[in-house]
Amino acid sequence: MDTDVIQALHERFPEIDFRAGPLLPAGGGGPQQICIRVEAARLLEVLGFLRDDPRTRFDQLADLAGIDYLNYPEARDRYAVVYALLSVPHGHRLWVKCLANDPDPRLPSVCPIWKGAEWPEREVYDLFGIRFDGHPDMRRILTWDGFAAHPLRKDYPLRGRGERTSFEEVTRESA
Amino acid sequence: MSSPATLTAPEPSRFAPEHPGGDVWVLNFGPQHPATHTTFRLVLELDGETVLACTPHIGYLHSGFEKLGEHLDYNQYVTITDRMNYVSPMANNIAWHAACERLFGVAITPRCKAIRTIIAELARIQDHLLCIGAGALDLGGLTAFLYGFNEREAINDLFEEVCGARFTTSYTRVGGLSMDVSAEWPGQVRSFARALPRTLDDIDALLTRNRIFMERTRGIGYLGREDAIAWSVTGPVARASGVHRDLRKDEPYLCYADNWDDRGSPGVPFKVPVCTLGDVYGRYLVRLEEMRQSLAIIETLIDNLPAGPVNVSPESKMVLPDKREVYFSIEGLIHHFEGIMTNRGFHPPIGEAYAAQETANGELGFYLASDGGRCPYRARCRPPSFYNYQCFPRLIIGHQISDVVAVLGSLNIIAAELDR
Repeated sequence: MDTDVIQALHERFPEIDFRAGPLLPAGGGGPQQICIRVEAARLLEVLGFLRDDPRTRFDQLADLAGIDYLNYPEARDRYAVVYALLSVPHGHRLWVKCLANDPDPRLPSVCPIWKGAEWPEREVYDLFGIRFDGHPDMRRILTWDGFAAHPLRKDYPLRGRGERTSFEEVTRESA
Repeated sequence: MSSPATLTAPEPSRFAPEHPGGDVWVLNFGPQHPATHTTFRLVLELDGETVLACTPHIGYLHSGFEKLGEHLDYNQYVTITDRMNYVSPMANNIAWHAACERLFGVAITPRCKAIRTIIAELARIQDHLLCIGAGALDLGGLTAFLYGFNEREAINDLFEEVCGARFTTSYTRVGGLSMDVSAEWPGQVRSFARALPRTLDDIDALLTRNRIFMERTRGIGYLGREDAIAWSVTGPVARASGVHRDLRKDEPYLCYADNWDDRGSPGVPFKVPVCTLGDVYGRYLVRLEEMRQSLAIIETLIDNLPAGPVNVSPESKMVLPDKREVYFSIEGLIHHFEGIMTNRGFHPPIGEAYAAQETANGELGFYLASDGGRCPYRARCRPPSFYNYQCFPRLIIGHQISDVVAVLGSLNIIAAELDR
């Protein structure tokens, strides 16, 4: 099942090295979960193909998550966005990882491919500071608009930087 | 960094259709409003009582659960999952440890699987009772809500019996449960299962053919099949739109999978209700039938609880040994200390894993990244409420303002899970 997907990808994009492999290299329970790497420049092309090809048909974006790989063993890139794809007709899954780096982490938005990417991309922008080009509404979603930090970055302290003690008071006049 | 914006200016919604003249006024709905049940805010642009545009604002209950997950170990974090979808906390506990066990590669015992399945189904019933009851309450039907809450009390009693807590259960552990169920518990579950169908029949009789309820719900908040898939909607909301997908059948786990007890037993039999109405009424029908199916699962399993240990063997160094072993044997004592010391503990392999379960609201998944340390490197939660809520403006445009509460009730948004 998953080999079909990888086969289809290699046929369509022979020039890309997807580095397909299991999410969990050693051990783990349950069926194997396959993850591929795609660089940002080819992301939309590959994901659009994965959605539309009859062999893959990944018509649902099950999840979109950011990860900050600061100090992760053997990591060279700082951020990753993981697209968890799901095919409702075939029932199979695929994880696509796209990497981004400081100082201006940017990825293309996948909203044109899956409408459901809109809020999760806003969440990744809010919590990791990765911007998505072409997103229809790139605003913060969980924290407030004036918040300066991206709290899920590894260099943001667990207890915050004093936002809970020093904040601007909103009065009836200033609101 | 984003540009600062004032708190009051409502952004023009991209969902707004062209509307013909007239006075358009803006209504701020929430964050404190009885019909939102929890804390979130909608900015509604209205022409008279017709909704022209709707902009949801969320994040009022954001508590950094995923950040906390990076500083708590795999057993400690279960206390945080209680607080995600607090309407059915047990389901979150089970989904969290399913992800941990996939990462660790632990296979849990048949008895643990059966107990977890029964509890997951009780949690589903608990959640659906609240959703249907509160949905009817918002439309003016108080009785179904009270009937539902009675049964939720009974389920809370059952949870109290297994773990001592009614609400913040934290029942599961990596490789098992915090404690085995008592000898009386199966009997209590059976008597609950005998009593519940009457309540379900009462709710059915009160609502299903109720003229007012039908007129308030039929054709309201329509979501088509293609849209449901494209907007990442899962669970009863998707199934009410004709998406034939239930993780219990499509990616079976626990007792839903064949050969769950290692003796060749088939997965527990049940049916997945699917409806093509796609409206608030359809979601109600799907939830009502799901509760009857959950009851059938519970009745099948409660009479066939496998014997044997509820936790994996202490030799695997994944669970703390039984207290009798700790006090009376040197091996037990060593295992105990290895388990609780922060510089020993248990360490997962380096890598990433995702596991999802079908909870009452849909696919609740956890994506874990591990660097081999005692805490997850990243503990991403895929919250079903978050994905189900983002298509909300689509569902409500063109309807009356009083339909907002009907659609909100049918999506069963739990803000603690939405914002995490």
